[in-house]
Parts: sequence; C-alpha cells; structure tokens
Amino acid sequence: MGKKSTPGLNTSAMSDISFLLLAFFLMTSSINTDMGIARRLPPPLPPDFTPPEVRERNIFQVKINRNDRILFNKEIGDISLLKERAKEFLGNPNDRDDLPQKENVDIEFLGVYPVSKGVISLQNDRGTSYETYFKVQNELTAAINEMRDELSREKFSRPYKDLDQAHRDAIDRAIPVAISEAEPKK
Amino acid sequence: MARFKQKNDKGTPGLNMGSMSDIIFMLLFFFMVITTMRESTLFVKIAPPKGTEVTKLEKKSLVSYINIGVPMESYTAKYGTEPRIQLNDQIADVEDIRQFVELEKSARSEEDSKLLTFAIKADGKVKMGMVSDIKQELRNSSALKIFYNATKDVKK
Repeated sequence: MGKKSTPGLNTSAMSDISFLLLAFFLMTSSINTDMGIARRLPPPLPPDFTPPEVRERNIFQVKINRNDRILFNKEIGDISLLKERAKEFLGNPNDRDDLPQKENVDIEFLGVYPVSKGVISLQNDRGTSYETYFKVQNELTAAINEMRDELSREKFSRPYKDLDQAHRDAIDRAIPVAISEAEPKK
Repeated sequence: MARFKQKNDKGTPGLNMGSMSDIIFMLLFFFMVITTMRESTLFVKIAPPKGTEVTKLEKKSLVSYINIGVPMESYTAKYGTEPRIQLNDQIADVEDIRQFVELEKSARSEEDSKLLTFAIKADGKVKMGMVSDIKQELRNSSALKIFYNATKDVKK
C-alpha cells in the first residue's frame, strides 16, 4: 500500500526547448549544396622550362575572347557544337590523319587500349566572363564524361557511375582529362 | 450519481507530452546531421554559373572557399562596386591569397593539407582576368586542387 507511484514529471516544456534548438539549427545551417567541377592545376613552371613540341594534329584549340565569343577549330563556333567536336577530336574513331595520334597503353581490366594523345588547349582573355569560361569547361567535361560512359558500357556493360573505384581508374587512364590551359599573358 | 459527479470535477485529463520532445529531438538530430554550419557571412553577391556536369564537393573539412563577386549594397560604400575577393571573413586582394593558403594549410595536419581543395565560388559576371590571377597565385603556392563552384542545371 505504501507503494504510491511518483507523480509524473511535467515534460511539456522540454518539447518547447527542443523546438527552440531545432529552430536555431534550421536557421544557422544550410543544406550541403556545394556542386561544381573539380580540376587540377599544373605545378608551377621551373624558370628554365621550354614547352614540349606538340604536333598540330594533337591540339584542339578553344579560345574565348573578351566578348565571350568562342573560337574552336580556327573558326567561330557555337557552344552547342563544342561537345561533339571535342568528342570527335579526342575519340578519333576513324583514325583520321588530321585528328590526334594514339598510343597503345596496357591498362588493367581493359587490356591494350589506344589512348589518345590529343590535348584540348583552352585559352581565354582577361575580359572573358567567368560564366562563359565555366560553360566551356562544362561542355568539355561533358564530352569526356560521355566518352567515359560509352567506353564503360562497351567494356563492362555498365554505366560509368555504377563502376567501382578500380574500374573507374582504368577508364580514367584510358580517357584522361586532357585539358591544358594556356599560361595567362601579361 | 455522486460518484460520477466527482470524476467530472477533475476536468479533461492532461495530454501526455513526454513523447513529443522525443519526436522534436529526432527532427533536431536529423537536421544537425544533414546540414553544415554557415562558415562566414558573405560580403559579396554570388550568382554561380550553371552547369550540367557538376559533381558534389566531398570532404567539407578539407575545403577552403575563395569567394569572388560584387560587394552587396550595404557594403558598397566600404568596398566599392568592383568585384572583390572574400577570404573567410574579410575582403582581400589577390596578393593575400598566398598568405591565406599558408594559413589554411597550417590549420590542418600535414596529410590533410595535401588534400586541401580550394573552391572558387565566383559570380558568373566576374571577369576571367581576376580568376586567372587567383589561379596563378594558387599554383605558385602549390595549392593545385581547385574546384569551380556552380549550381546544377536541371533542364538539359
């Protein structure tokens, strides 16, 4: 009979406190939305550096002028064509003489694969807007990503994004990000 | 009858609020896990360019931000109307990048400082001259991993 249950704690204020905390965190934080394109810069050049000779057929020049006009293949072009041209250049499916040479490299999982020696040379003016520059980078990335995806489907019959890291590395070696940015002119 | 009347005197029984706080706490933890703290208040306006090929930026603890844009209206008197660079909490110049890189590297362990990425968060209208200068400075300070911030373009 002496066992009388203890009176219940009034916990309704607790929910108020946790609501306050919740509101605080909602206001001071932001949902992770950092998206973008990752790139690696080339290391700084030694002072006695001489640029290596590259054959003309191995270079795909993309230039952006101060009015955000884009020049590739020595003619003014529209950005919507850039991706196809870049793919054609890097892939060189018909082994044409005016498109880049290929070098056979032994790659794990892929066997001997002809890796293109082509380099996309990107040059921009100081007056180019960042937006146009980014769009060009985006198109070139799209070209490389599509080629990687096609190769992955062909060799492993799976899309590139479903591959594990080792297979991805193999594809990345077969189709490297061959974008070279010109030294800015002073 | 008398007995029933006595019961009615007590009024409606109080709702049990004990589990409500549990639910709110669950919500709280959910938001704490999926969000990150705002690092610093921005002084510059940034409308990043749009891209279709964007990927997520991994490992937020290994990222330092370089913000470039036109100062907001309330700061134009102080910083002008030309695009400026913001590093952490202050407006800086291109020459300050080197020091900033050193500072960010020394704040992390040696292994981590090799993986440090510098995210360039620039407004679409910023001229490339400024971005190129920053990239050159980063190269000279051997901070080679960079990231161009953008928003995902949903429509193809």
